Amino acid sequence: MSINYRHLSLVRKHDPDGIAWLYLDRAQSTTNTLSRDMLDELAGVFAALEANPPKGLVIASAKPAGFIAGADIEEFTRIDSPQAARDLVERGWELFNWLARLKFPTLALIRGHCMGGGLELALACRYRIVVDEPGTKLALPEVMLGIVPAWGGMMRLPALIGPAAALDLMLTGKSVDARRAKALGLADECVPPRVMENAARMLVGSGQRPRALPLMQKLLNGPLKAVVAASARKQVAAKARREHYPAPYAILEIWQKFGGNALAVPAGHPASLEAIFRSPTAKNLVRVFFLQERLKGFGKGDGKSGDFAPRHVHVVGAGVMGGDIAALCALSGMTVTLQDQSVERIAPAIARAAKLFERKLKHDARQVRFALDRLIPDPQGHGVAGADLIIEAIFENLDAKRTLFADLERRARPDAVLATNTSSLRIEDIAGALAEPRRLVGIHFFNPVALMPLVEVVRGEVSDAEALRRAAAFVRRIDKLPLPVKSAPGFLVNAVLGPYMLEALRCVDEGIAPETVDAALVAFGMPMGPVELVDTVGLDIAVAAGKALAGSAAQPPKRLMELVAAGHLGRKTGQGYYRWADGKAQKAAAAAVPAGLADRIVAPLLAATRRCVEQGVVADADLADAGVIFGTGFAPFTGGPLSYSPDSGKTMTDELSRPSDGAMVNAG
Amino acid sequence: MSGSIYIIDGARTPFLKAKNAPGPFAASDLATAAGAALLMRQRFAPDQLDEVILGCASPSPDEVNIGRVVALRMGCGHKVPGWTVMRNCASGMQALDSAIANIQAGRSDLVMAGGVDALSRAPLLFSDAMVRWLSGWYAAKTAGQKFAAIRQFRPTYLAPVIGIMKGLTDPIVGQLMGQTAENLAHRFDISRTDMDAFAVQSHRRVLAAQERGHFDEIVPLIDRDGTVYKDDDGVRRDSSIENLAKLKPFFDRKYGRVTAGNSSQITDGAAWLILASETAVARHGLTPLGRIVDSQWAGLDPAQMGLGPVHAATPILQRHGLGVNDLDAWEINEAFAAQVIACLRAWDDADYCRDELGLGGALGRLDEARLNIDGGAIAQGHPVGASGARIVLHLLNVLRRGGLKRGIASICIGGGQGGAMLVEALP
Repeated sequence: MSINYRHLSLVRKHDPDGIAWLYLDRAQSTTNTLSRDMLDELAGVFAALEANPPKGLVIASAKPAGFIAGADIEEFTRIDSPQAARDLVERGWELFNWLARLKFPTLALIRGHCMGGGLELALACRYRIVVDEPGTKLALPEVMLGIVPAWGGMMRLPALIGPAAALDLMLTGKSVDARRAKALGLADECVPPRVMENAARMLVGSGQRPRALPLMQKLLNGPLKAVVAASARKQVAAKARREHYPAPYAILEIWQKFGGNALAVPAGHPASLEAIFRSPTAKNLVRVFFLQERLKGFGKGDGKSGDFAPRHVHVVGAGVMGGDIAALCALSGMTVTLQDQSVERIAPAIARAAKLFERKLKHDARQVRFALDRLIPDPQGHGVAGADLIIEAIFENLDAKRTLFADLERRARPDAVLATNTSSLRIEDIAGALAEPRRLVGIHFFNPVALMPLVEVVRGEVSDAEALRRAAAFVRRIDKLPLPVKSAPGFLVNAVLGPYMLEALRCVDEGIAPETVDAALVAFGMPMGPVELVDTVGLDIAVAAGKALAGSAAQPPKRLMELVAAGHLGRKTGQGYYRWADGKAQKAAAAAVPAGLADRIVAPLLAATRRCVEQGVVADADLADAGVIFGTGFAPFTGGPLSYSPDSGKTMTDELSRPSDGAMVNAG
Repeated sequence: MSGSIYIIDGARTPFLKAKNAPGPFAASDLATAAGAALLMRQRFAPDQLDEVILGCASPSPDEVNIGRVVALRMGCGHKVPGWTVMRNCASGMQALDSAIANIQAGRSDLVMAGGVDALSRAPLLFSDAMVRWLSGWYAAKTAGQKFAAIRQFRPTYLAPVIGIMKGLTDPIVGQLMGQTAENLAHRFDISRTDMDAFAVQSHRRVLAAQERGHFDEIVPLIDRDGTVYKDDDGVRRDSSIENLAKLKPFFDRKYGRVTAGNSSQITDGAAWLILASETAVARHGLTPLGRIVDSQWAGLDPAQMGLGPVHAATPILQRHGLGVNDLDAWEINEAFAAQVIACLRAWDDADYCRDELGLGGALGRLDEARLNIDGGAIAQGHPVGASGARIVLHLLNVLRRGGLKRGIASICIGGGQGGAMLVEALP
């Protein structure tokens, strides 16, 4: 019997132990996704195997990239009715239940990513083996797309690893590596790749009983569910509101009340598939996912020259920004020379880098050491001559930058990318100091560098297209999202944040408490209130950036100037709009939020975003939404500022977003 | 076969005095930091080296072939071979000589060679008695056997063997290195005051050189806490004959003359040079700083090991028809003040030159103004494996600074050997 499959191959004949090996290999794709036709072929395989049962079945991937990336998200976008959503859920739910019912032992051999539906498939197998490599990651990230792991994840994961650990994974969407998966009981074995096939063959044929939960965990996943649910609900409520993000609440309830079966939830219930489908959140989050994929595409090679992969990056300026950029590059495997005027100025950056490496590479002291080896203090700037890419992150002074770049251009390789991290100077003004001004591009990071996902790649009037492509490729190499922007004051992110923060500070000047302003915007869905953000960025920087963006004629907020005059610069001095202690703003309770306050403060941001699109700062509205979401944390469930429309019914006039106005805040 | 051996560049870490606790850097950390910074300023990429050779007297158990470990950590890539050489105090000089041999044989054209040791991290070892007891304990299976094993245990088994004391004891004559220095003090009638005066001079010269910025071969280090290490930190401003006179003899207690103050310090450090053939110079467009013209090894009575430089340098002098003062500068590693003074006296001693070196008479008195003009290991420390490379590197630095031409760097070696290299600066 031989069946030709498009997306997988089933190998039976050659195994002396009678084990069938099923390799997933989705046609015309570098990754495996569980598209409709992939699921159909899996059903065909199960039927064929039931008719002629093997001693065991091992499911593995034929893709070097990983096991299974999840469901096919493209297919989600074509769901046009609650019934279509139900059909999609039913297909996977039934298929994986069939897999779990198969009479012969089954095993998922997981190497590389194993996400969403892929993990649900693995959970339906009797055994799981994870391959101990950095790329092995297991997750149920559905919640990040505003949906629920409805193909059995909500039923099987709590039963396998206990409800607290399972809810933690399902409600945050975070991934676990191979060793953590083994420690959690998610995997039966964690093995190096050299023995993975042998381990799979031995385990699937072992007759070993599947892992059983300890009694206490069984109780918590049974009669004591309410205990776990209450504490999980509290954690969810602290992070997300149900009206903004219904999915985590639905996951909790489907697990607690419906045995993890989303199909069992009646249509009228708030945790139902119908309710999730009706809320715009899932649609918006899926859109944000695709926007993110689009950003990831910038910097891809044209096929002829291949992707730009810098091996050596030279960073000039070892302040917080430059030092953190250098650390990130070293963490990403590049050799980095870090230049500043003296070794003493470089030293704090090395100490910060060591902390970052220890945090990011916590299981591996050797990798921490290698990362530190790659980060080379270079007070004399010897690294300039050999670098593939040079980033300047010195203080914002035009003459200093012009002098520096004139020198860098002379000493750098002719093909090296020359980039400035300036946030307030014109690329063109700096580039004028170069013999070849087209070489200079902007690579604009945001603070804190390690946390902020977006990096603006700035095109000056004459910037070379290839240099820009390389800059974007570099940004991808350090696992950030590149956003191409045109050289214009504030680029995109600071240009939209400025008017927003200004409006917030105006409200404070009018007598509304900072706590109330911040509470309004957090309720709106921003990750941090605007007043707290001003304190975090630094009041002096806010004033300077405001001047640079709007000119000195502007009228800055009164309270802001008073605080700056008193030396209260925000978090760094311990006092700004708030008093700061232990890195936290000391806030009084917020008063009742006046109606329309959030919309009033957000309105200038929306207007500024539209203006940036009109002026071509970003290429289109989608990129503007992506940039503002990933650059400012603008509530992702809204789909971005341009797809958001306030319910208040108020029309947003340009009156609310006077662009000429003063103090702006620079997040970078 | 033998073309010129060019010195392209060199660098070292500051030498960090051991403070009775493991220092901030392991040996491979030191060699990697100095080496990566050195490689970064070259016209060639690290993976264009033909090999990396590192001298080390006491690599830690997790980096036994420390030369290969460091080559990989410096980013030389998988294809550049790396190896480790060991010749006690001359391990770093041996690395240079091994590079020279391979370049002369045509096996290599571009070699990074140097030395390292982190003596502050020298291990504490279990005593043999403890190891025997432990093997019995692990073999015990039953409770009765275990109980018997416990009864045999003696608390004295726990006394550790200090690895560095083992290393500094000659295994043939059973004398500490400091005791071999006492032998020389006795033989050449070197007084305690002579030694202490030499030590004071070493500190003063290092301080003066530091003030004038004459140690620009140093690559500053930064540890994980952000602490900066820029200078050799064993040097003492308060060093004086009076202060040194207060110290007690360390090796021959009570009646000896050699103290901690007139001996080299126990120190962590690394030093590197990049050596190249004519071919490599042309291929990469390199600008050599100097040449290593000749090198020599010699053996002698282990109990007299401090005279090693005399035995190694003399054949070079003879081959090139040079007297001791025909050289513009000398570096003789200061293992002990007594040992350096003994070398000078031996050359000036007709009997010694005749009986031990087979010469017609005394070679003469070496002008001390040409010797260790920026001080030496008594003030800077002696990270055993690194010192041989450091003195060659610094000798070249001294020659170039003074517009001078030729010098010899020489080192005594525990176990009764000496090594020397004739260095020529290029304009």
